[in-house]
Amino acid sequence: MKLAGIIAFALVLIAGAVLATEIPRSERRSGYSFMAPDTKAMQDDDTANPGMLWVLDGEALWKRKAGSADKACADCHNDARASMKGIAAHYPAFDKALGRPVDLEQRINLCRVKHQQAAPLAYESRDLLALSAFVAQQSRGVAIENSDPQLEPFVAKGRALFMRRQGQLNLGCSNCHDDNWERRLAGSAVTQAHPTGYPLYRLEWQSLGSLQRRLGACMSGVRAQAYDFGAPELVELELYLMSRAKGMPMEAPAIRP
Amino acid sequence: MAAALINVPAKAKRGDIIEIKTLMSHIMETGYRHLASGEVVPRDIITSFSCRFDGAEIFRADLYPAIAANPFITFFTTATESGKFEFAWIGDNGFSETASASITVE
Amino acid sequence: MPEPHDSTRRQFLSLAGGVAVLGAVPIVTLRPAEATPATLATAIRNVVGEAAVQTGKVRLEVPPLVENGNTVPMTVSVANPMTANDYVKSIHVFNEKNPQPNVGNFYLGPRAGRAQVSTRIRLADSQKIVAIARLSDDSFWSVSVDVVVTLAACTEEVI
Repeated sequence: MKLAGIIAFALVLIAGAVLATEIPRSERRSGYSFMAPDTKAMQDDDTANPGMLWVLDGEALWKRKAGSADKACADCHNDARASMKGIAAHYPAFDKALGRPVDLEQRINLCRVKHQQAAPLAYESRDLLALSAFVAQQSRGVAIENSDPQLEPFVAKGRALFMRRQGQLNLGCSNCHDDNWERRLAGSAVTQAHPTGYPLYRLEWQSLGSLQRRLGACMSGVRAQAYDFGAPELVELELYLMSRAKGMPMEAPAIRP
Repeated sequence: MAAALINVPAKAKRGDIIEIKTLMSHIMETGYRHLASGEVVPRDIITSFSCRFDGAEIFRADLYPAIAANPFITFFTTATESGKFEFAWIGDNGFSETASASITVE
Repeated sequence: MPEPHDSTRRQFLSLAGGVAVLGAVPIVTLRPAEATPATLATAIRNVVGEAAVQTGKVRLEVPPLVENGNTVPMTVSVANPMTANDYVKSIHVFNEKNPQPNVGNFYLGPRAGRAQVSTRIRLADSQKIVAIARLSDDSFWSVSVDVVVTLAACTEEVI
């Protein structure tokens, strides 16, 4: 019955607005604002936010020596509170060697391989989530900003991905998140899909997870084949989402339903 | 690895009623989920949580699969004197974690 | 608005420990045997025995429409002075439609100062939650609330 409801909703979208319009800057709202008071309270209290368990783990990992170089993140970056402040708000960032943008998790792994001579951490592994949660938390309250001109062609690619209809339900991200963000789908608010809180604790997962995991769920939601973790499309999509959320404050680790 | 997040006021006045908040990292696998093959994913939960103050039990809870993952439990106690709270979580598969926090009571 | 009884929940295995989701074995949660009003009554009887249960004194705070049934904030409290002679011994929470009727038992005492416990619970479906408090005079007091639970959209579901 839920699937029938989604299909009915999809038909309305196909029959209705064809042109997806971007949300005016003055109307942009974080996913936080759509949540029930109890869920907001969970996010607001660091002693009640389960995402903080991963941040604490990340803090410990930051100081732990790793790899054949026997180095900890702290050995180069010292106190993350200072060195990592604002960093996550500027990701994905352009990587010169690779000639394309990388997200925070990929940057952490690039550092591990290159500077710690350690094996990269698996996507969505507890350690990688813990480190990215710890780093992202240092940008709490910082306005999102990535205006590097080298990123422009990739932002355009991400935008195309956001607009593209896909999957059995033939929906583009924009159809829900630009055109119908005020509505609800299967009991949850659609929201505007701003990535201000990642990595975040999703109540549905009962775990902290990355934006890439959430995007995979979105794609499964329209019955499209999700990209693999680390795919350039996911990074481009994240880049576009961050540019769409430009100026909004970071809130990692957030809580979302 | 941080398993527990505890919130106890560092200081209180004698007679104050204080709130203690605890968060423990745990999957709380219900034992009701199935694999596609039909096999049940076995239960793996925390079954008991207790708090002692200077050795005396002041709060205890029995937990069932209906408690969400990463159990969050808050309760109240009266601040009587300075001392140490000790928290213990016990569960399936020999799960056992402890944490402690001190309080100064004027 | 509330999900129908014939809906199924299927989820990819997602461990709180963070195993890579890619390549994980899909979990299909078929509709499990649910607690019935009879099981709920038995679970309650296991706690109160033959004693009478009065309504009142207990308060259950749960959002009437939950954000997500996997993690529902719940606060249970009892109006009671919490003195050496008049206090709450324990609070027992039950549900109506999860596979199992018990949610949690909380043991207090006069030292608690306030008979109030908060936690987060799982609710499989829209249902009734019952809280029963046992006072120091071994009287039992109860309250029940109805909660609406809907399924989340856009999850890693396997068809």
